[in-house]
Amino acid sequence: MISFDWEWAFVLEILPMILSAAKVTLLATLLGSILAILVGLSFALLRRSKLVLLRVVTYWVVEFVRSTPLLVQIFFLYYVLPEFGISMSPLLTGVLALGLHYGAYLSEVFRSGIDGIEKGQWEAARALNLTTYDTYKDIVLPQAIRPMIPATGNYIIAMFKETPQLSAITLLEMLQVAKIIGSENFRYLEPFTLVGILYLVFSLVAAYGIHCIERRFPKEGFTLR
Amino acid sequence: MPFGEIVSILLEGTWVTLKIVAFALPLAAIMAFTFGLLRMYAPKPIKYVSVAYIEFFRGTSALIQLYWIYFVLPFFGVSIDAMTAGVLAIGLNIGAYGTEVVRGAMQSVPKGQYEASVALNFTSSQRLWRILMPQALVNMIPPFGNLAIELVKATSLVSLITIADLTYRAKSLADMTLQVTEIFAVVLVLYFVIAQVLAFSFKGIEKRLSRGLGRGGLD
Repeated sequence: MISFDWEWAFVLEILPMILSAAKVTLLATLLGSILAILVGLSFALLRRSKLVLLRVVTYWVVEFVRSTPLLVQIFFLYYVLPEFGISMSPLLTGVLALGLHYGAYLSEVFRSGIDGIEKGQWEAARALNLTTYDTYKDIVLPQAIRPMIPATGNYIIAMFKETPQLSAITLLEMLQVAKIIGSENFRYLEPFTLVGILYLVFSLVAAYGIHCIERRFPKEGFTLR
Repeated sequence: MPFGEIVSILLEGTWVTLKIVAFALPLAAIMAFTFGLLRMYAPKPIKYVSVAYIEFFRGTSALIQLYWIYFVLPFFGVSIDAMTAGVLAIGLNIGAYGTEVVRGAMQSVPKGQYEASVALNFTSSQRLWRILMPQALVNMIPPFGNLAIELVKATSLVSLITIADLTYRAKSLADMTLQVTEIFAVVLVLYFVIAQVLAFSFKGIEKRLSRGLGRGGLD
């Protein structure tokens, strides 16, 4: 057994490297969540389409994406897209995978949020002769957004915690950097523990942030501009 | 490489994946019940230990936990093979999420049931195992089904510590041959089938457990 102790000097030495890799992790999470929200919203609206075929296909696509591992989806995009002449950087591939995977989860959140709007609201919108677009923009979404925030936030935090999987396609995010530092110095304790603590801290801060965002939205709805 | 050969290599990988699931799933269930109940009913110091376990495993990422167990524990003199590390990390991780399912389901049992069991002078263990648990169990099944699927998905992470599971074999086949589209399509379908079978079994369990509970529903 190798004699073992926690070295603060080593921690201070590696901290800047890991923090600069944290920027990559945060960027991937940010872009991934924007894409996931767009994908989720499209899937949710497709699930409400008038065409039965479209609804059924969307249901199975969402089910398929949700029940297969993110890691395999990342590999799939990384290896298969170039076959079709689309080559992307590891970061973009990762963002695409995160966006699709969590978009499928978010579509369920959005769907139940939209379903939660009272029937009377839809009827009133119809009675007032609003177009479908105006009904969603002015009536449905302003009321549906607030109740969706906690669940959406939880999925975004979950996405953040899955970004280490992007290391598998050579993206230099926090865990990958920690692993490289670990293998160069043959000391894994400090880098991995540090990354773990950083994830814990970021998740807690994000959870608090989402709570604040939720409180900022008025309960009775607001106008979308 | 002929398609049949690819499929047979991938099926061997599926077997490894299923083996990990078979070990990690019971571990996760034991952790979920133990720490879920300890968190609710244990005296303070033990309660804090369970909260620490739950928050740590839910707050950090599964892959970090796996790397920590696989790369860091050997330095403490605990030598651990890849398979054990994988089962431990995934079981402990999903188990931590399961504690919340147990807690939520226990709290969803109507308060009157608890009050009635006190009024009828049941002992506290009778109250837990004969009154509250049988009713809570039915509510736990659907979220446990979802977690079981999450567990299957999480097993793909062990490919990153060189266990030759389905994902690992897919990746090495993809590096070797150029038939990446077929390989990954087959792998995705295999995972999807495993998940659907699990989802279907959990629906069956739920139906069985809710017999005699006088629940309404459509089937």
